[in-house]
Amino acid sequence: MSQAAVKEQTLPRPPRNKTPRWQKMGITGYIALGIVTFLSIFPFYWMFIVASNGTDEISKIPPTLVPGPRFFTVVNNVYEALPQFNQALLNTVYVGTVVALAQVFFSAIAGFAFAKLNFRGQKFMVLFVILTMMLPSQLGIIPLFMIMGNLGLIDSLGALIIPALVTAFGVFWMRQVIDAQVPNELLEAASIDGAGVFRAYWSIVVPIISQSAFVLGLFSFLATWNDFLWPLLVLNTPENFTAQVAVNQLKSSYAIDYALNMGGAFLSTAPLLVLFIFVGRRLVRGVMDGAVKG
Amino acid sequence: MSQTTVGKARVSKPPSPWKPVKPQRKVNNINAVPSLNGRWGYLFTAPFFVMFLIFGLAPILYSVYIAFFNWDALGTQEFIGLANFDELFIDTRFWNALVNTLDIWLLSTIPMLIFSIGLAAILHNPALRGSTFFRTILLVPNITSVLAIAIVFGQLFGRDFGMVNIIVGAFGFEHIDFVQGTTSSHVAIASMIVWRWTGYNALIFLAAMLAIPNELYESASLDGAGKFKQFIYVTLPSLRNTITFVLIVGTIGGLQVFAEPLILGGSFNGGDSGQFSTLTLFLFEQAFVAYKWGYAAAIGIMITVIVAIVSVINFFITRKLSGDGK
Repeated sequence: MSQAAVKEQTLPRPPRNKTPRWQKMGITGYIALGIVTFLSIFPFYWMFIVASNGTDEISKIPPTLVPGPRFFTVVNNVYEALPQFNQALLNTVYVGTVVALAQVFFSAIAGFAFAKLNFRGQKFMVLFVILTMMLPSQLGIIPLFMIMGNLGLIDSLGALIIPALVTAFGVFWMRQVIDAQVPNELLEAASIDGAGVFRAYWSIVVPIISQSAFVLGLFSFLATWNDFLWPLLVLNTPENFTAQVAVNQLKSSYAIDYALNMGGAFLSTAPLLVLFIFVGRRLVRGVMDGAVKG
Repeated sequence: MSQTTVGKARVSKPPSPWKPVKPQRKVNNINAVPSLNGRWGYLFTAPFFVMFLIFGLAPILYSVYIAFFNWDALGTQEFIGLANFDELFIDTRFWNALVNTLDIWLLSTIPMLIFSIGLAAILHNPALRGSTFFRTILLVPNITSVLAIAIVFGQLFGRDFGMVNIIVGAFGFEHIDFVQGTTSSHVAIASMIVWRWTGYNALIFLAAMLAIPNELYESASLDGAGKFKQFIYVTLPSLRNTITFVLIVGTIGGLQVFAEPLILGGSFNGGDSGQFSTLTLFLFEQAFVAYKWGYAAAIGIMITVIVAIVSVINFFITRKLSGDGK
């Protein structure tokens, strides 16, 4: 499987204008895509409907399907229930940014070494990286919790950042990217001109892979933003909460106040949706470039 | 020592024109750039390995170690050999969680696979307008948090005023208590997983479909194959590796499912009677509610073994199904 991933990522995509003309797009295809679009968007719309109408309005048959006037009341309720909600959003941005930058940096240099440098033990190291990607991440959670305790990092954002600085997936991904995108000839030419490894990396590799590195960073940021269980385990005081923990706090502090819950969920999701408007197309390309083809 | 080398003058022979010059360093990476000094590779990979060994691998190995102990959060540490595993094999909660996990995995994987390949086939059509828009929309579910979505789905699947039950009621059926039932709660959880992953995997399949050479479709078309036959005889066989990949990744993730049931039930129990307790949820319950760390570690090892077994079975089944079809 991984072999296929290594080899076939370099296949060029056929240009669109060469695709055959005999296929016609029927109306059923559009209907199916319309349904999928509706289903993809609906939960977000519904979050807003519930949050802007209040729990009573949706607890009836038929339920309200249009936005109501109570959105800011509900937002106020969220901030009343958890005054640190903004702090939680800022914490999440901070952790997500640090983790994303670190993962991109460490993955890119390691991926460069695995793709373009020749050193002993390399094959074994790459195999090691691939194998560890298959281990369930939950397996080490108890000892990791103990380590964080020993380092005095429980209830601090460091407990979220430090274990997330490197991932095997990131290294593997950057290795693929550098292998596929950076021609050896360029690096050879640079080294003939007297560039060392650092110079070659900085002036040749970095500019070429910046787009893909950005996509990896985005995925790390999103994964950190949405991580839920580990922050819940290690964070205790509201000043240190991340957005997910804050939303969960709303859930546990009231019986079932759907408007409050969905208000929190909406506030914690809206920044991602705004971000997605700007970077969605790049993410799509990143997912498709990384796919195993054939 | 110096006298032993006296007389053995180091005369380097001129290279024989008949023998090829041996490369000085062993080639460990055939794709490497030979003129770059490979030793820097150790420095470039060191940060990853150091941090990964400390915060990734060491905890996993330590977890294997404490699985052989009666080890709790308060400080009890007593070597008990395989007793944790003995206990696990007769623990009905473990088998219940295993059955639930496999059920949720099946209920989510099969529809997800069918939907995503179908969607990819629609998006593959070059006549489609607005394909960039649709591709982007497909990724929206994947970027949002499980927590936010589980809150929404929990409300939609609510017994009295959930949208799903209102629709069920409109057709004249009794309302379903999704959370209390076993199969119904599995359906609710599986629907969240399908919702999250169908679009993402559709993009993966679309990328694979775009890599299929057009000549295959053209010759199939010349042989009189219609759109449907082309899909069966050209598209599907070409997706073999991709299907295997998606299945294995989906299995590793699907057998570790915990966030959806955790939020749906609001606790680590997995419902009042454990009707949607999963393996990972059971692990967390033992680790962070019961504080039985040794026992929880043993559960973790069993999860790893089960993931490995199911992945291997998956691998061979997909090979067999799609490989011998030609």
